[in-house]
Amino acid sequence: MTTIVAGGATGTPTAARRTRRGVWHAILRNRKAMVGAFLFVLFCLLAAFPRLFVPWQHGDPRTVGATPLQHPSGKHWLGTTGLGQDVYAELIYSTRESLLIALIAGLGATVLSVLIGVSAAYLGGGADDALSMLTDIFLVLPTFPLIIVLATYAGKGNLTVIIVVLIVTGWSYGARQMRAQALSLRNREFLESARVRGERSSYIIIFEVLPTMTSLILANFLGAALYAVLTAAGLQFLGLGDPNSLSWGTMLYWAQNQGALVNGLPAWALSPGLAVALLGVAFALLNYAFDEISNPALRPVRRRRVRAHS
Amino acid sequence: MRFLLRRLGFFVLTLWAAMTLNFFIPRLMPGSPEQALRDRFSKGGQIVTTAQMRRVLEEFGFDPNKNIVIQYLEYLKSMVTGHWGVSIGSSLGTPVTTLIGHALPWTLGLVGIATILAFIIGTLIGTIAGWRRGGLVDGIVPPVFVVTSALPYFWVALLFISLFAMGNHPWLPNDFNYDQGLHPGFNPTFIGSVLKHGILPAGTILITAVGGWILTMRNNMITTLAEDYVRMARAKGIPNRKIMVGYAARNAFLPNLSGFAMSLGFVIAGTILVEYVFNYPGLGYMFYNATVSTDFPLLQALFLLVTLAVLICVLLCDFAVFLLDPRARAKG
Repeated sequence: MTTIVAGGATGTPTAARRTRRGVWHAILRNRKAMVGAFLFVLFCLLAAFPRLFVPWQHGDPRTVGATPLQHPSGKHWLGTTGLGQDVYAELIYSTRESLLIALIAGLGATVLSVLIGVSAAYLGGGADDALSMLTDIFLVLPTFPLIIVLATYAGKGNLTVIIVVLIVTGWSYGARQMRAQALSLRNREFLESARVRGERSSYIIIFEVLPTMTSLILANFLGAALYAVLTAAGLQFLGLGDPNSLSWGTMLYWAQNQGALVNGLPAWALSPGLAVALLGVAFALLNYAFDEISNPALRPVRRRRVRAHS
Repeated sequence: MRFLLRRLGFFVLTLWAAMTLNFFIPRLMPGSPEQALRDRFSKGGQIVTTAQMRRVLEEFGFDPNKNIVIQYLEYLKSMVTGHWGVSIGSSLGTPVTTLIGHALPWTLGLVGIATILAFIIGTLIGTIAGWRRGGLVDGIVPPVFVVTSALPYFWVALLFISLFAMGNHPWLPNDFNYDQGLHPGFNPTFIGSVLKHGILPAGTILITAVGGWILTMRNNMITTLAEDYVRMARAKGIPNRKIMVGYAARNAFLPNLSGFAMSLGFVIAGTILVEYVFNYPGLGYMFYNATVSTDFPLLQALFLLVTLAVLICVLLCDFAVFLLDPRARAKG
């Protein structure tokens, strides 16, 4: 819910083209962007090279140990699970799946929303009406219950199902924004000139329209990825994921089922959720920072200049 | 008038889409519901006669001998007329409407109040943060609430439980809606118990939901404050407070209204995870239980109910915008 709302600030799309150097400069100067980027890079490293961070755990972090339900100690930094697995090792090794779900589902949803939003705006007429109606319907359908219904019927525990479901339910908000921005671009001169040059529609959409929408597309991807992280973790926490997979949501599921809190092991119960939260925060910070960069009105205070009309 | 008619059309169409999804999802998925039912019953150690089985399946709208189109039409008819079938889960045979009736007040009370509070508080803080650009509030608000709005609901819930509801003398209870030893009634002990059990779940929702409202309201305020009519009001020497509330906030608030309407609709389902963590016997918890016991009729009824709630709220919001915003009237 909040993800739907949080991105909605870009009221009027600003299609100002910036030079690449300007964007980098803006990112480097924006503290939110830096913190978000740092967290994101950290999680990417964890996902790519988990072994570097758990040097003593060369095999499967799920190996059943002899000492279950340990409190955090020098040997087990975050304690052990009910089966004696090391929580810290599990946490690090789980990064990969959680991050992959977020990136793939975020990417899929973004591609879908660009396809539908931009074609609706570009085609116009009846096609626009139909696609807009479809978008609105998906926007209003309650997603989390729909996801649960779908995941229940489609067989619990299938990762592909979860990703597909996240994509199907996650594209609509972005599509609406894409359509709005593409509509505002439709009658600009540079598109007119491309049309007069006799370019094909596909060429115009890919090489003329999409580049001007980069910042919106990026913001959408971040929003969709945030939504995917939170929702996937929620689904797995409810037990709709694969109980044998290594991911944060599954860890939470087991922690809840084996009574981590009741047994006085908050480190085990809370650390996977903290990881989810941090990854979510990384996406949210980047998203908000891009919002600030692409919409100068929202930037932290500076002397107000005369607003330049693009 | 055309505007309102369009919205009504959208209402009917979306409801139809939700019902159709409800009808086709179980039929498109692998495995027959009849087999699933049989498995379920044999797992529970119950002996089911063929007649009972047929009755349950009929309630569910399944009849392998009938044409799927006829099944679909009959299903639509029974949904519209309120025959939503009987539960095939833990409370076998109870009409799902009865089950929902028991859980609905708890969810409405807890999540509804929390959502409305979050919206009001968020809008107020957002208004102030946007008005005092670069002030103390504006310096703290955006970073803090970008973070809180990205926290998973259930994690905040778990955090609260471990902070406030663990140990030998917990400050607050961590499950159910009231002390199970009490009898429901209008007496101080019972009401106190209900309130005490509501604090943690409501706090969870408040903390995770308020951030989104603050940020959008702040950003809307900033955009609105750059409008010419605000400058005009300033030039006329209208008191600041009046500009903030009557000129800027009033207009900045409008785009948020539809978001609020949707979140009110999602009240019924958006907090499945919170109710699950706190074992709060509302609709969300029921939804979870329906999944665990693959109680298809209950699941479908709940899904339909949530869609209906969202749609009604969105429709009401459209009417409200129609009344509040002359531009919407002119456009229609």
